[in-house]
Amino acid sequence: MRRYDAAAMRPADLRKEIKRCGESVLEIVNCCGERYLGCGMRHTSLHITGTPGNALGAFLDGGTIIVDGNAQDATGDTMNSGVIAINGSAGDAAGYAMRGGKLYIHGNAGYRAGVNMKAYGGVSPTLIIGGRSGSFLGEYLAGGTIIVLGIGCPEHSQLTGFFCGNGMYNGRIYLRTTEIPTGFSPHLLQRRISREEKESDLRPVLTEFAAMFGENVNELLSGDFILIEPDPENRYKEMYAAI
Amino acid sequence: MRREGEIRIPSGCAISGIFARDGSAVNGRTIRTSIALMHERSNGLGGGFAGYGIYPQYKDYYAIHVFYDDLLAREECERYLERHFDIINLSKIPTRPSPMITDAPLIWRYFVTPLPHKLQDEHLDEEEYIARTVIKLNRTMKGCYVFSCGKNMGVFKAVGYPEDVADFYRLDEYEGYAWTAHGRYPTNTPGWWGGSHPFALLDLSVVHNGEISSYDANRRAVEMYGYSCNLLTDTEVITYILDYLTRKVRLTWEEAASVIAAPFWNTIALKGGDEGKRLAYLRHMFSEFLITGPFSILVGFNGGMMALNDRLKLRSLVAAEKGSKVYFASEESAIRIIEPEPERIWSPKGGECVIVQLDEGVTA
Amino acid sequence: MRNGSMIQPRFRVVRESWCTSCGRCIRECSFGVHTRDSRTNALKADSSKCVDCQRCVVFCPADALYIEENPNRMHPSAMWGEDTRNEIYRQAETGGVLLSSMGSPSGSVPRYFPRLLINASQVTNPSIDPLREPMETLTFIGRGPESIERDRDGKLRDNLPPHLEMKVPVMFAAMSYGAVSLSVHKALAMAAEELGTYWNTGEGGLHRDLYKYGKNTIVQVASGRFGVHADYLMAGAAVEIKIGQGAKPGIGGHLTGAKIKGDIARTRMVPEGIDAISPAPHHDIYSIEDLRQLVSMIKEATDYTKPVIVKVAAVHNIAPIASGIARSGADIIAIDGFRGGTGAAPVRIRDSAGIPLELALAAVDQRLRDEHIRSRVSIIASGSIQSSSDAAKAIALGADAVSIGTAALCALGCHLCAACHTGRCAWGIATQDEELEKRLDPEKGAERLCNLIRAWKREIEEIMGGMGINSIEALRGNRLALRGAGLTQKELDVLGIRHAGE
Repeated sequence: MRRYDAAAMRPADLRKEIKRCGESVLEIVNCCGERYLGCGMRHTSLHITGTPGNALGAFLDGGTIIVDGNAQDATGDTMNSGVIAINGSAGDAAGYAMRGGKLYIHGNAGYRAGVNMKAYGGVSPTLIIGGRSGSFLGEYLAGGTIIVLGIGCPEHSQLTGFFCGNGMYNGRIYLRTTEIPTGFSPHLLQRRISREEKESDLRPVLTEFAAMFGENVNELLSGDFILIEPDPENRYKEMYAAI
Repeated sequence: MRREGEIRIPSGCAISGIFARDGSAVNGRTIRTSIALMHERSNGLGGGFAGYGIYPQYKDYYAIHVFYDDLLAREECERYLERHFDIINLSKIPTRPSPMITDAPLIWRYFVTPLPHKLQDEHLDEEEYIARTVIKLNRTMKGCYVFSCGKNMGVFKAVGYPEDVADFYRLDEYEGYAWTAHGRYPTNTPGWWGGSHPFALLDLSVVHNGEISSYDANRRAVEMYGYSCNLLTDTEVITYILDYLTRKVRLTWEEAASVIAAPFWNTIALKGGDEGKRLAYLRHMFSEFLITGPFSILVGFNGGMMALNDRLKLRSLVAAEKGSKVYFASEESAIRIIEPEPERIWSPKGGECVIVQLDEGVTA
Repeated sequence: MRNGSMIQPRFRVVRESWCTSCGRCIRECSFGVHTRDSRTNALKADSSKCVDCQRCVVFCPADALYIEENPNRMHPSAMWGEDTRNEIYRQAETGGVLLSSMGSPSGSVPRYFPRLLINASQVTNPSIDPLREPMETLTFIGRGPESIERDRDGKLRDNLPPHLEMKVPVMFAAMSYGAVSLSVHKALAMAAEELGTYWNTGEGGLHRDLYKYGKNTIVQVASGRFGVHADYLMAGAAVEIKIGQGAKPGIGGHLTGAKIKGDIARTRMVPEGIDAISPAPHHDIYSIEDLRQLVSMIKEATDYTKPVIVKVAAVHNIAPIASGIARSGADIIAIDGFRGGTGAAPVRIRDSAGIPLELALAAVDQRLRDEHIRSRVSIIASGSIQSSSDAAKAIALGADAVSIGTAALCALGCHLCAACHTGRCAWGIATQDEELEKRLDPEKGAERLCNLIRAWKREIEEIMGGMGINSIEALRGNRLALRGAGLTQKELDVLGIRHAGE
């Protein structure tokens, strides 16, 4: 494993090294605000300690990025495949428009996580937030799965801010709580999911998440989950009159 | 080329702030390190700092910082100052020449106190007297611009990247209990020093990231109350609104935050109870000061600092604590670079202010 | 009242006595206007369905059809126009936001190009015959380096960032697959390759079959990020970030689920039958420094091999906005004016938001010069460039190149009936109906596009030659080549030109 000290390099040189390395495993230590790390990356594995800068793993198209620390804004922006695991919290706009791959955040996510995520064919993105998320979670959601676990939060607490799932028209949001998000949109449906659904739909993805961060998957699956989906009977429509 | 005041100039930016609740001294180079990390968020067309507690030897006097275009402007302005103030001390603000900072105006500093008979004649309290005098001076006197006029605090700003601005003003020679910093990305470059941020009136200073969409509604509202928005920048109008709400209307900082970043009506309805009533009252009472569009601001004032996002949190803002120190920045890394191991690090919610003040018994 | 509506049909289909009843009109009309009476065998027309696309008229072998406006008039009022009243009836009937397509037809906002007059040489310097004498229209657009560099031997180092090379300063504007048919994309791509210029995917991704035209393709990244992935970014010659468009500044996009099927779903990478929504803003861009972030992200993902274009609608603050874009690392700014076209836009936005291209372009060019950064970026102007003289005038105002959308569609048969949003385009342009799409033969379409642009190129050469200019860059920003006629002093000031006779 090659090791780079971000504090001792220019960010542009660090990004070039990552690109040059192809299919290897890199360790990057002492990150503090270096932007665009792993942008458009396809094969490399990055193990980052510190606080990488904005747009970490944007357009990611394969490979793995693991961060021991917090990530900033626009993590995994428009990512296509691959895995980003943040063993800490993420800033705003995590996973914007992601279409594939997995974005795992052990801690909290900021505002507008998973906005405009979408799925196509057999490919579907997964965003898991261990703690809580800010407002506008999954706004304009057009596909994929978002899970918020509320690890460490009191039972039955609010796990998202306002406007959860606003404008969403496809995909699923799971919240590990019984509390319906404040100001729940009339265009959405919510229900508590069954034990069977938890096992079939959530266990596989949460197993990987738990292993990544040393959590116990059975604990993560304990408690109630609510599932939020768009209401097919009450879509956003008929707002136009052609002339 | 028209400069601030002749044309409206929206801009994006980076902000950073440090506050020591125990009043301990923080060197200016610390805030420089923090804002320098966010170099990419600025474009070299403006940088600036506000330091609090930096003039302990003159803490009872107003520190007036002025840019002059030329000697003539200085002479004229000094005559004006002498007519209105007792000038205890005057000097050039020390600078370190830098190839990164060009076209510097003459930069002077005066420690003053209002002439007692003037105060009596005008029936004004001291702060109002200073504020009116400075606003008038900036509006009417050509070639000079007062960019700082608070007690025991000072603004330092220029056209350039913030780290170069810090070096230029020798901020490593200042110590204070609080600092804010700004890196500017204006979408227009007048290349004028007065247009850089922070913007300050008395001891109130504002650094701001974003572009507010309610600008002209807010400007026309605040101008009803004796302010004159000469720069047409967001930061200026926010400063005046906060000055009006806190100094003249005497709202608390929390209340002022609930005015400018008022929650949506349906959020207010959800809150209900006394809190809902309080928020509804403030929103009705001061509807013209609702600021919409993206902003994250740090407001410095004597003895305290407030951080606030717009109600939708359209700009990023991170806060952290370690011991008696509190940090704010547009990016977490800008805090980590000066405090790698904070005890607590969090993102304040949209519209929810974070206010820090000196510990009881500690004086500014 | 027909179907409970107070709105009278706008057009009347008129059949002449010499109609042979061949029935071609029935086959051509995609809106079901023409039918044959089963008893009498006579042809009849339901004018209420007619959108005036002229398909039946053009294809009638006997020239026996024409379409006229409904001669009925409403009770006269100088204050309340008939359109206004019809719009109110429509909204009272539906409760809907008025929707239409194509650029604003409103006559109340001036078009300035027709009031700009071009100069010509007489006596004091010679005009040029472009047919026989050298004449250059080769155009390079992209970012200029900030300074020259030399290697150790003192030789100039090539530090030019990646740029686009066009044989003619006209390219095709962004029109997404889904809004227009694949045949349109094919025709544009083939023509761009043949002409040595560029076409633009719009926001709906790039069909697999068209990757081979990559070197003449500009790939677009809009807020919906449809079909955007690393290969897509690398496929084109440049990447365009779409912030806004002239027909609907500040408004997002919405392709209904009915149009999201088959290859469109595959190309956009969204499920079939589900609406494709482009949010109004990019939710990762809320401020100018975020734009720099997206520009850098794209450059990182493409290894700094592609110029990045930022397309914005012409709005009040366009000059400072352009200045911010120029400083964001973007290579090219595309400005789309008030009259720019669209597949669907809310009428109130289309007809009232934004400003005319000519004013925006002049303001931007001047602002960038005032800030000494004009040479850092190139400018593409669009929004109702209707002819080669419009193109030449835009270049003289300060554009590096222009792009055309509506004019290109007209070359492909569009008759501006503004029924794009119905998906029933009889000309095979704004439709996803397989049968209708076949009406547009991509090869023939490409040929028509090539003819159009070649003709424009010849005309631009004539215009330049008349002024004694033999290279397109000598026309760029050459505002003394223009004079205004019938414009106010304020308009002349904004345009930065003098009045005719001055």
